Amino acid sequence: MSINATLIGQMITFTLLVWFTMKYIWPPLIEAIEERKAKIAEGLAAAEKGQEEMELAAKKAADVLKEAKQQSADIVNLAQKRANEIVEESKGTAKKEGERLIEAAQAQIEQEMQRAQEQMRKEVSALALKAAGQILQQEIDKAKHKELIGKVSEQLGQA
Amino acid sequence: MATEAHAAEGATGYIVHHLTPLSVGEGFWSLHLDTLFFSAVLGALFVWYFKSAAEKATVGVPSTGQAFVEMIIEFVDQQVKDTFHGKSPLIAPLALTIFIWVFMWNFMDLFPVDILPAVSSMMGMEYMRVVPSTDLNATFALSISVFALIIFYSIKIKGVLGFAKELTCTPFGPWMMPFNLLLKVVEEIAKPISLALRLFGNLYAGELIFILIALLPWYIQPLLSFPWAVFHILIITLQAFIFMVLTIVYLSMAHEDH
Repeated sequence: MSINATLIGQMITFTLLVWFTMKYIWPPLIEAIEERKAKIAEGLAAAEKGQEEMELAAKKAADVLKEAKQQSADIVNLAQKRANEIVEESKGTAKKEGERLIEAAQAQIEQEMQRAQEQMRKEVSALALKAAGQILQQEIDKAKHKELIGKVSEQLGQA
Repeated sequence: MATEAHAAEGATGYIVHHLTPLSVGEGFWSLHLDTLFFSAVLGALFVWYFKSAAEKATVGVPSTGQAFVEMIIEFVDQQVKDTFHGKSPLIAPLALTIFIWVFMWNFMDLFPVDILPAVSSMMGMEYMRVVPSTDLNATFALSISVFALIIFYSIKIKGVLGFAKELTCTPFGPWMMPFNLLLKVVEEIAKPISLALRLFGNLYAGELIFILIALLPWYIQPLLSFPWAVFHILIITLQAFIFMVLTIVYLSMAHEDH
């Protein structure tokens, strides 16, 4: 239980150990630890940021989707409207065309009728003239009675 | 199971034999070879293991060995940061060295009390005390080194005058100078003495209990030595931890300027 020179030997050993630890053991290890800590912190921060960005992107995507839906709905509405318009328009056009056709047909009928009347009048007058001629063959001088015949044929034409 | 030479002297002889160091030389200049040898071997083991971990240290994924070493380093670093607010390249490595070295000293306590003495007696050495912390020289060597650092830093940080002022003018002001000085000197001297004696006392007593258990009949020994050894796992760690923490506390007190 005596204090002796062992004390001095132990102090020397201790000093050497502390010096060695201070010089070669502590610095590289604590440096590695601190560096790793920094790296982990960085990684965590990056992960958090990534998550935030993802949330933001999801929100944005939802917005875009909503907008696209709205847009497509608008387009469909517009198209429907336009289709209705086209149908209405073509209906109008068809009606007009029909009217026009009817009118043309009527005009043609009228014309035909007039021509037929004219024709009939001519034929009737010719027939009448012929008949009258046959009856009055001898008495009527064509040149003398030209005025009279013309009057009659005109009257016939009017009838 | 005492060695032959002391079997005749009975229990007392057995205990005394186990607590007698292997020493050479006379008087003050004698050396306790067992203490010097085991603490040097354990110290070498410590620096070898930690140095190899430090060499292989990577910032990336650490190996199991590196993780283990880093765990200890971080633990010590946290203790230092909690107590010591300043920058010092010495205190943290010092604390680490004390913690591991003292722990390893104490760990020798867990070897069965007769194994290493039996081996060494086969090699012709009559005495063998394997736990360095049961040698006052070892514990005082640590605490006196720490004390020297306390004085060194006190003077370095506060200056000779500042330190002298702290010694003489606190806690009661300049009019109580002699009383202050007496108080302060006792306070300072108490630090290394309490550090050394606390560690020594705990481990000496622990070892003594192991030796006493070894004197009992063999069929009772495990019943007692097993719980005592388990309890001692706590004690040896705790004592190493206390020594380290108090060293940090004392040194940070030395750094504080009032």
